[in-house]
Amino acid sequence: MNINATLFGQMITFALLVWFTMKYVWPPLMQALEERKKKIAEGLAAAEKGQHEMELAEKKAVGVIKEAKDQAGEIVSLAQKRAAELAEQSKLAAKQESERIVAAAKGDIDREVQQAKEELRKEVAAIAVSAAEQILKKEVDQDKHRELISNLGKQLG
Amino acid sequence: MATEAHGSGGGATGYIVHHLTTLSAGEGFWTFHLDTLFFSAALGFTFIYLFKRAATKATSGVPGGLQNFVEMIVEFVDTQVKDSFHGRSALIAPLALTIFCWVFLMNTMDLLPVDLLPDIGKAVGLDYLRVVPSTDLNGTFGMSISVFFLIIFYSLKVKGPLHFAKEFMFHPFDHWLLIPFNLLLNTVEYLAKPVSLGLRLFGNMYAGELIFILIALLPWWIQPALSFPWAVFHILIITLQAFIFMVLTVVYLSLAHEDH
Repeated sequence: MNINATLFGQMITFALLVWFTMKYVWPPLMQALEERKKKIAEGLAAAEKGQHEMELAEKKAVGVIKEAKDQAGEIVSLAQKRAAELAEQSKLAAKQESERIVAAAKGDIDREVQQAKEELRKEVAAIAVSAAEQILKKEVDQDKHRELISNLGKQLG
Repeated sequence: MATEAHGSGGGATGYIVHHLTTLSAGEGFWTFHLDTLFFSAALGFTFIYLFKRAATKATSGVPGGLQNFVEMIVEFVDTQVKDSFHGRSALIAPLALTIFCWVFLMNTMDLLPVDLLPDIGKAVGLDYLRVVPSTDLNGTFGMSISVFFLIIFYSLKVKGPLHFAKEFMFHPFDHWLLIPFNLLLNTVEYLAKPVSLGLRLFGNMYAGELIFILIALLPWWIQPALSFPWAVFHILIITLQAFIFMVLTVVYLSLAHEDH
């Protein structure tokens, strides 16, 4: 067991091994480890961000639903108001129509009453003339009393 | 296993010595421990192959089995480095990863049956084979001396040569009369780092291997009763030693980056 030239051989081998490890083994492994570390950190950050965003979205959704409900209520109340208005309008229109019909009917009745009166007057005049004729037969000269008769007729009218 | 070894060597001592002899080539100082060189390089290649494969396929998406495993080790090492080293350096973390995995793999060779690979070696014509590179002083000092060079390099780079020399002379006792004493103290302190780093790993693994060899000398029916608990305990040792080597390296380099 003695020190000899083997020492140099061992030192050279050692130096080569260290050089190789330093140059080709350590850097890629370290890089892979660093990258994985970064990836994991990024993944965790993204997860946290996603959760945060979800919370925000939930809050926003609650707001949107509330707004929609408010709007729906508004629309319903507006519709009810409009329906009431329409009903009022149609009521008014029906009333006007009925009034118009009544007025028209009244006009008809008046006209017919007038007509009946006219006819009645003519008939009375004729009856009066015929009665007077019968009473004054012979004494009444048709030609002589024509003026008188027509005056009578006028008076009756 | 043991009986066969008894036959081939000169008794128990022969068996042990055989197991502690390296397959070497060359003379004197220029001797190369071929088994140490081969196994450490092969294990280093295994480490690099596995981790490179994971690194090539690395995605930031869902990781697969190999990537998961590799990432676990990488993150473990990265945490350790970040805990004790506060500067910025592209070298220290990969260095710590390499040390941890390489030392762990070399130590793991200790868990193979002591005779398995040597017997296979013998079958293909290799007389001696030591399979655990971290039980070779050259293996552990190869790393600890490299780390020592890095300590010196970073000390000079971060503090500047002048500041470094000043620290060497006036720390811990700030008086010009005590400069020689400070020099001695700092030299010992600096040299103690690679020596303790290398010897600690070597000592632990050498002792562990020796105990496996001793267990292998016992009668076959008692071997499992001893080698199983020791192997289980050794799982802790090999991981712990790899971890200690890595952490101390990081601590030493972080000290080199700091001003006193």
